[in-house]
Amino acid sequence: MSGAGDVSSDRPAPDALWDAVMAARLCAIDPGLSGMVLRGGGEVRDAVIATLRDGMPDGAPMRRVPSHIDDEQLLGGIDLTATLALGRAVAQAGLLAEADGGILVLPMAERLSDAVAGRLAAAIDSGASRFVVVALDDGMEPDERPPTALIERLAFRVDLTEVVRWRGGEGLSPDLSARDSSTAITEADAVDALVASAAALGIDSARASLFALRAARASARLAGRDSMAAEDVALAARLVLGPRAVRMPAPSDESPPDAPPPPASDVGDEERGEPGALDDIVLAAALAALPRDILARIAAGRGRKTTRASGAGERRASGARGRPMGARAGMPGGGRRLSLIDTLRAAAPWQRLRSGTGVKIRRDDLRIRRFETRAQALTIFAVDASGSSALARLAEAKGAVELLLAEAYVKRAEVALVAFRGVAAELLLPPTRSLVRARRSLAELPGGGGTPLAAGMNAARELAQNARARGRTPFVVLLTDGRANIAADGTAVRAVAEADAEAAARAIGAAGIAAAFVDISARPRPEGAALAAAMRARYLPLPRADAAAMHAAVRAAQAG
Amino acid sequence: MSFPFSAIVGQDEMKRALLIAAVDASVGGVMVFGDRGTGKSTAVRALAALLPPVAAADAGYQDGSPRKGNVAVPFVDLPLGATEDRVVGALDLERALGAGVKAFEPGLLARAHGGFLYIDEVNLLEDHIVDLLLDVAASGENVVEREGLSVRHPARFVLVGSGNPEEGELRPQLLDRFGLSVEVRTPQALKQRVEILKRCDAFERAPDAFAETWRRAQRKTLKQIARGRAALAAVTVPDSALTFAARLCMAVGADGLRGELTLMRSARALAALDGATVVTADHIATVAPMALRHRLRRNVLDETGSTARIERALDDLALEDAAA
Repeated sequence: MSGAGDVSSDRPAPDALWDAVMAARLCAIDPGLSGMVLRGGGEVRDAVIATLRDGMPDGAPMRRVPSHIDDEQLLGGIDLTATLALGRAVAQAGLLAEADGGILVLPMAERLSDAVAGRLAAAIDSGASRFVVVALDDGMEPDERPPTALIERLAFRVDLTEVVRWRGGEGLSPDLSARDSSTAITEADAVDALVASAAALGIDSARASLFALRAARASARLAGRDSMAAEDVALAARLVLGPRAVRMPAPSDESPPDAPPPPASDVGDEERGEPGALDDIVLAAALAALPRDILARIAAGRGRKTTRASGAGERRASGARGRPMGARAGMPGGGRRLSLIDTLRAAAPWQRLRSGTGVKIRRDDLRIRRFETRAQALTIFAVDASGSSALARLAEAKGAVELLLAEAYVKRAEVALVAFRGVAAELLLPPTRSLVRARRSLAELPGGGGTPLAAGMNAARELAQNARARGRTPFVVLLTDGRANIAADGTAVRAVAEADAEAAARAIGAAGIAAAFVDISARPRPEGAALAAAMRARYLPLPRADAAAMHAAVRAAQAG
Repeated sequence: MSFPFSAIVGQDEMKRALLIAAVDASVGGVMVFGDRGTGKSTAVRALAALLPPVAAADAGYQDGSPRKGNVAVPFVDLPLGATEDRVVGALDLERALGAGVKAFEPGLLARAHGGFLYIDEVNLLEDHIVDLLLDVAASGENVVEREGLSVRHPARFVLVGSGNPEEGELRPQLLDRFGLSVEVRTPQALKQRVEILKRCDAFERAPDAFAETWRRAQRKTLKQIARGRAALAAVTVPDSALTFAARLCMAVGADGLRGELTLMRSARALAALDGATVVTADHIATVAPMALRHRLRRNVLDETGSTARIERALDDLALEDAAA
């Protein structure tokens, strides 16, 4: 993480605003760039959207899409109220069609469901309606981001979280004349430079270079030139490639793609042996816009989880999908569907009073269907990797976690891994359903150091509570010997550490999080059982447990 | 208008798998694994645009009335988050409210009959939709019993899925339904990547002109598929090839008989595409990775990739045969 700090420090906040404004101006010139994701930024974003509107043709429509819009509203369908009032089918146009040739604003884009993102992605792909998407990402956690299917199809992403104060119009009209427009370059050179930079930054998607090329062309047109110049390509690399980078460029082409990133101090080094001056300019431009958390993301494995499909967890009533549960009164829409038979049944007794020919149905008669879905289950492993848990036991714990992972994979549940050792707990694996990533982060789990039990339990509890807030059903599996010797604040005082651990255990119990306490010490002591009781967790002393036994025990606990 | 299939750079295994599925639908669908932006959906959509028309009586929703003439091969996108209504079909609300008629509004499964059902990001598909798909894919018939409707109609289609394994894995039951599976990666050679960018850019700027430049190559591919389909019935599979397939399946430990069947069918389709009349061990070796890699029993603790295991088994068999 320290390396990431170095990279961001030479990227002051006003630059992000400048980036966003440039992105808006490029999108206005070429709507084929599809749009941008603006993370954070508050009212600054309104200024960016205003810039975009100014650049678009007069009368271009602008529509806001709520994050849980239903298909009828988005793609068009029957207008139910009008249909009932007039007694004939009345169609309504969808938002996508209405926004054709204009702007589509997505507030709270991090809450956008995968289904809506999929529809938008399909609309962008098919090109049936052309619009510029401005996704407003208000996510607080690093994990809260708009669905990848959508982000991937928008040319730009700008992080405005550091633009704390918007200073009026300053910075909103980038001084274009300041850009040196002397070095004209050929299309082929631009293509080569962009592809080389994308490859050096580990960007595999072909869309990225395609967007960069379009952005470079748009930038040339913005400056009133017919052909691209070096700074157009540099700008495109900065805006399109930089934020997508997944690794630092390797010092030379010979090193394997999986090589560890070089220290961040190499970034500004001008002496890298890259061929071609243009390539250097473009790559340097992209590096200036690296996402702040790139090193952290590289450490956590690339990409992020986007899985939101249902697994096996608590049952929840839902208006949209799942197994049928009967009907209740209400208006259809927003994913709720009309239950026709029940509606007619509700209207039947009143037909004589509502005299006339044909069936008369009123708004009060409408019945919508209810369904039952299962919330996704999330198993959180909190693993004690301290020196007191002998390394061999850690290996067994890893084995058990892998077996549980394999099962989670079949059941489509998610897993997360928290490890605690030394003085703190660390989230090694954010909730994921990917066996590949889970196995990788597990294999890299080191052992040794003190036992910050309280920190580990608190981390697991926070993760569980976050998961529950997002509709998951968490289950915490704590693997430890229960011998806390590092307090929550990192000091090595055993008495304080034990008191903190007990408090942390009670917090888990009070939060009502289902849990299992697997005591992996060679000779289980009463402290373990007491902690488990405070957690209201099932206590599983497994002194000689191997991976398979541990797996079976946790499975039984989870079922019971 | 979709990107011309013949203009796709590299990705030979994916293209081969799709051509095999186009020649013989009984192979049972293709699953494409790979990162975003590797051209998965481009290739699938491009293939559908390339196929010759089929008889109307064998494609789309069949309500029992006789149909004449030819229609384009159905190609249906099943979007993520599609409701059950949309997939299996439901009461036609418009007609029910407007005319008071109880009519069936066919769903995506009905429209995909006789053609392709494409699911992008199939690994993120909700479980109850997956259950439903598995059921219909196995029986070839969609049975609707809801809202006072009682409808059954044929629904046989080639299932084509794509997804990124880093974002969540596929249920083994669903994976087994796909005849072939391929893994695509972005080419790491700079020259190829430049070529991809150039072609995509040319297509985006002037789709018609780009399609025109590739028309001859497209016609060649179309002819290859048509010839392959015509020749398929005449291609023979000798016992020696069957034995080789069975030995290979045993060596890699592929579960169930479906592996051998798919191996045989896809090798036959490949032979037909190549203009051969007899299936050889070479054909089987070529299709073995795509026909078997998703059928190997997974060992969580074994890091060796499925493809490597199949290639190793192929090498071992070649050595055995050389010794014999």
